[in-house]
Amino acid sequence: MGSHPLQGSSPCSASSGRGAIPWEAKGHHTTMTESSKPILYSYFRSSCSWRVRIALALKGIDYETIPVNLIKDQGQQFSEEFQALNPMKQVPALKIDGITISQSLAIIEFLEETRPTPRLLPKDPKKRAQVRMISDTIASGIQPLQNLSVLKQVGQENQLAWAQKVIHTGFNALEQILRNTAGKYCVGDEVSMADLCLVPQVANAERFKVDLTPYPTISRINKTLLALEAFQVSHPCRQPDTPPELRA
Amino acid sequence: MQAGKPILYSYFRSSCSWRVRIALALKGIDYETIPVNLIKDQGQQLAIIEFLEETRPTPRLLPKDPKKRAQVRMISDTIASGIQPLQNLSVLKQVGQENQLAWAQKVIHTGFNALEQILRNTAGKYCVGDEVSMADLCLVPQVANAERFKVDLTPYPTISRINKTLLALEAFQVSHPCRQPDTPPELRA
Repeated sequence: MGSHPLQGSSPCSASSGRGAIPWEAKGHHTTMTESSKPILYSYFRSSCSWRVRIALALKGIDYETIPVNLIKDQGQQFSEEFQALNPMKQVPALKIDGITISQSLAIIEFLEETRPTPRLLPKDPKKRAQVRMISDTIASGIQPLQNLSVLKQVGQENQLAWAQKVIHTGFNALEQILRNTAGKYCVGDEVSMADLCLVPQVANAERFKVDLTPYPTISRINKTLLALEAFQVSHPCRQPDTPPELRA
Repeated sequence: MQAGKPILYSYFRSSCSWRVRIALALKGIDYETIPVNLIKDQGQQLAIIEFLEETRPTPRLLPKDPKKRAQVRMISDTIASGIQPLQNLSVLKQVGQENQLAWAQKVIHTGFNALEQILRNTAGKYCVGDEVSMADLCLVPQVANAERFKVDLTPYPTISRINKTLLALEAFQVSHPCRQPDTPPELRA
């Protein structure tokens, strides 16, 4: 799905010297036509990026990946060029149809509105509200509280405990919600935006060694989703910027 | 099928509740308030606003054009995921009382730095063009939070201008924290 960087361990570079990301010469005035491939700025391990990668895979949208390494070079997201693209200095950002969108759920909703099949939101407004509620619970209520910049601020010795607490609190709520809404997937029996948020957050939980025993519904749904192709091709272990030791 | 007035569980000072109150006011939806002292559920407010938009579509809170809709959602999410949760009550409790103000100010400055840049590209009279949208519903309560945390807003002229314009609208006034059923007497307008 994504193109591979030219070579080597650092992201591919068309510009000289910086070992940096191949920015276009002009930030604002894109020379892209509507027919060229979308470009996703992504970090292999970013759960927010993974949400969008799943959406693109599910909808069969071919795209290019430009990796943004959140750790290397003191964080490539802080470069002037990337900041011009996304002032929040976060991944993902998607260049598509002549615009650049940041915020993973805004991107997914745009994809849903412009490439409506297969659907990522149910037809019924009440079910749509459930999908969005679950998505928001994860994307506003859990993930931001354990993202890289917050963890940096709480300090290294506190990070693990902080992240675990945030995830436990969030998953306690989510498990209860899902017991009401879930069928095979988060809401009924169709894959939705909520599922795109769930799987990457469970991966985060595992990285922070959160015990998932109290969350059988979350675990079951996660397992079912991971068997689907779109969740596999988009997985952090299979990205252009996945380090060799973590590659599937 | 509709069984009577919608019920909103709301805390007068919660910026998340305020966003929804503005939406209900703009759409002319009569509702009952059940005051709650602490909003536990974070970040579900945008789902409520999107539901209101889909079931009571006028006046609109999201533009027609998908690209403008994306801008509205991007701005809303920047606030609702990128700023507000990082300075909410439970996080502030965890950072400890002596650190709270500095933490909140830092979170808001970082977010507003980004937002100011974004708005310079998208804003007309309001956050996106010249129609009030969900982004505006997120902006005003977040500016109120910033003021509560004594954040200097001088670096953010676009945010300030839009905020001022919005506060003059009736829906933003009737929904204001100082005019709620649970507003304490000393804070009442």
